[in-house]
Amino acid sequence: MKKILGKIYIALVLMFLYIPIFVMIVFSFNTTKSRTVMSGFTFDWYIKLFNNELIMSSLRNTIIIAVIASVLATVLGTFAAVGISRMKKIPRMIITNITTIPMINPDIITGVSLMLLFVFFAARMNFEFGFVTLVIAHITFDVPYVIMNVLPKLNQMDPNLHEAALDLGCSPMMAFRKVVLPEIMPGVLSGFLMSVTFSLDDFVVSYFTSGATSQTLPITIYSMTRRKVSPEINALSTIIFIVVVIVLVVKNIITTRNLKLTSEGERND
Amino acid sequence: MNNIVSLRDITVEFDDEKILDSIDLDIKDKEFITLLGPSGCGKTTTLRIIGGFLTPNSGKVIFDGKEITNVPPYKRNVNTVFQRYALFPHLNVFDNIAFGLRVQKLPEKEIIRRVGEMLELVNLMGYEKRSVNKLSGGQQQRVAIARALVNRPRLLLLDEPLGALDLKLRKEMQIELKRIQKSMEITFVFVTHDQEEALTMSDTVVVMKGGHIQQIGSPIDIYNEPVNSFVADFIGESNIVSGAMIRDREVEILGRRFECVDGGFGANEHVDVVIRPEDIKVSAPSEAKLTGIVESTIFKGVHYEMIVDACDGKWKIQSTKAVEPGQEIGMRFDPEDLHIMKKMEEHRR
Amino acid sequence: MKGISSKAAAAPYLIWMAVFIVVPLIMVAYFAFTDESGAFTLDNLANVAQYSNIFIRSIWLAAISTVICLVIAYPLSYMLSGMKAHTQSTMLMIVMLPMWMNFLLRTYAWMAILGNNGLLNTLLGFFGLGPYKLLNTQGAVVLGMVYNYIPFMILPIYSVMVKIDKSVIEAARDLGCNSVNVLFRVILPLSFPGVASGITMVFVPAISTFIISRMLGGGGNLLVGDLIEMQFLGNSYNPNLGAAISFVLMVILLLIMTIMNQFGEDDTENDRVLM
Repeated sequence: MKKILGKIYIALVLMFLYIPIFVMIVFSFNTTKSRTVMSGFTFDWYIKLFNNELIMSSLRNTIIIAVIASVLATVLGTFAAVGISRMKKIPRMIITNITTIPMINPDIITGVSLMLLFVFFAARMNFEFGFVTLVIAHITFDVPYVIMNVLPKLNQMDPNLHEAALDLGCSPMMAFRKVVLPEIMPGVLSGFLMSVTFSLDDFVVSYFTSGATSQTLPITIYSMTRRKVSPEINALSTIIFIVVVIVLVVKNIITTRNLKLTSEGERND
Repeated sequence: MNNIVSLRDITVEFDDEKILDSIDLDIKDKEFITLLGPSGCGKTTTLRIIGGFLTPNSGKVIFDGKEITNVPPYKRNVNTVFQRYALFPHLNVFDNIAFGLRVQKLPEKEIIRRVGEMLELVNLMGYEKRSVNKLSGGQQQRVAIARALVNRPRLLLLDEPLGALDLKLRKEMQIELKRIQKSMEITFVFVTHDQEEALTMSDTVVVMKGGHIQQIGSPIDIYNEPVNSFVADFIGESNIVSGAMIRDREVEILGRRFECVDGGFGANEHVDVVIRPEDIKVSAPSEAKLTGIVESTIFKGVHYEMIVDACDGKWKIQSTKAVEPGQEIGMRFDPEDLHIMKKMEEHRR
Repeated sequence: MKGISSKAAAAPYLIWMAVFIVVPLIMVAYFAFTDESGAFTLDNLANVAQYSNIFIRSIWLAAISTVICLVIAYPLSYMLSGMKAHTQSTMLMIVMLPMWMNFLLRTYAWMAILGNNGLLNTLLGFFGLGPYKLLNTQGAVVLGMVYNYIPFMILPIYSVMVKIDKSVIEAARDLGCNSVNVLFRVILPLSFPGVASGITMVFVPAISTFIISRMLGGGGNLLVGDLIEMQFLGNSYNPNLGAAISFVLMVILLLIMTIMNQFGEDDTENDRVLM
């Protein structure tokens, strides 16, 4: 009885979570613009979507910005984590606390504060809001995730590994490349992936730091929702949903396989 | 024999605390030298100074006649076997051992040959492709040794390398390490807190405490002629009592006078007298100057260990004959079994 | 030990952090306390007071949403943590999946459902009910907040619950607790750090949103986020007032988080990394 109640409860929550998505998927194939009545099946909205130059160019922008920002954030953050992990307790605490500010602060404040900074410099150094300000803003909110992913890996690492590499003839830089980096790679990778995800998804910070010239996909979506009903959004949602499902399923398969491999390894021991 | 490493007046301070206080130490070429002491005595710090992982606040490190105090570890002809081995988890056995050679950019052929030699030396042939995470503690230990030795260092530093192994494996590895040291003909500097390990393996033992060297000597010297009560107590079990020298070759302990073999102290100088438990002979109470009541008797395999209450102090005695608790016995010792030493500044026991 | 160190590796980031995290926040404070000419003034902060009703509404709606999220998420997390390991990871993925979609799209979907001619009203119409005004109400705003931010509540509570040692629960049973007692005496106190970080992780974005209120609340339910946005990008351009509102919002959040940190100190960081 208790079990059945539990299952009903979970089903209700899942319904709540998935009904909106389901509705969008269904109506993305609707022949009319109606969001209540299905009048027929069509792929028109998808074709319109792919022919929509604004959406396609902002999608390109989003991907380019996400990749550039994530790569730079990962490099910056990984080195930062290495440096931070070697600091004494008090400076380390101060720096990690400041680092978490963009993670805890409301996005709108991160966005507004960066906008104030950019306005200040734009007036004095004669540049425009756009690609560069977006990349800087994205790096700023990405780096903390890289650092927070890499730091625990560094702390878990046997501190002697670095020394062992020096002992065997590596210069400090070489020791980092040959020994430390492979050890912290899982953290670096998950930091990078998180950065990509947050960059692709970000609307609020981008909204305040983008110029008229380079818009990201979320900003375009926002302006579309402000205007009239547009079933292209449904089509876009459907595609994004399918991509997300594929990515997550693949990721899940990989992690469970890895888990199986390691547990088998332990059994062999 | 020449000195391969000399430490001159080395001082290391950390947060205003002196970890090493003006240490002087000469390490001879091709010897097996052990730094022995309780945790916090500075033995690992000394090792890290030789390895180059730590720069002393003052003093000099001399290697083969040249000062290397500020030379970084990767430019020293010294290798280290770390406490928890510090094997590279992302590399297999072969690649771990080959690491140093690859850093030197040796030809692959040479690397294969030398790694092969090492695998043979440490008895790990056939393990090349294994992941180091799947090796047992003893095997990991062997990889760590091979990884260090393959670089042909003049000096191998070992930081409590047997600490993580169980007793039986430990004994095996002790013999193994000694064999490797002999066959490679290089200097081993070994750090341990286990006195038995130190005595069995070393040519020279350096006993350390509180950042100072207490005594340097062969295992036999250290055991038989400890310079103070700390060394005596740390090396093997001891009964340590306060006494006073009456004159050369006569000492007074617990109000009784005993003949001894030491001299050179001032008249009536207060001293510590060390008597090893195995040197005390049990006799009838009437035949001995010192008597006591047996408090407990424990069978230890080769002998019985008894705790005897004598003159308000507890004595430990090892004897092949058991005496029932509660009985009175006499305790006798030969003159050469009384080890007289200067009083330490702080009183122990 | 001083050894060989490369603290210098952090130097580029430290500069970055100073320029793009610390300086911008100082600029918010600077703008909040100055007028257009750059002279010191408290007028901006005084002007914030006239928007106190909007602040109260934001806090109120965010608080209701947070409570609803907690009420829904807590039992769900508890059930999830009790499942078999494999089902657990699959279920967690299913629960988290909607979060990976852009939240503008998710919110837009609700517009279609809640509209006057929307799906829900059409459905109710079949039963002869309505149409009700569902969209552009405070209820719709709360719904949007709950829908968007509930994963931030589930994840930290769940991750604390799976870490609870099963033997602790067995020990409680051994000592005479029934299921209810186990829940109240063991699981509830042990899951508190997760609840605390869940509350901050839902409350902070909820109180500062301007999308949800604009899309689901119509023009009549302005929140603090809308107010800030209007000062910077809207018609009433006034960065000094906008900075002052942001400043007050940060102070409010800082107070709330200080209180929350009393409960969840050791676990908040892990959870943040997990998401």
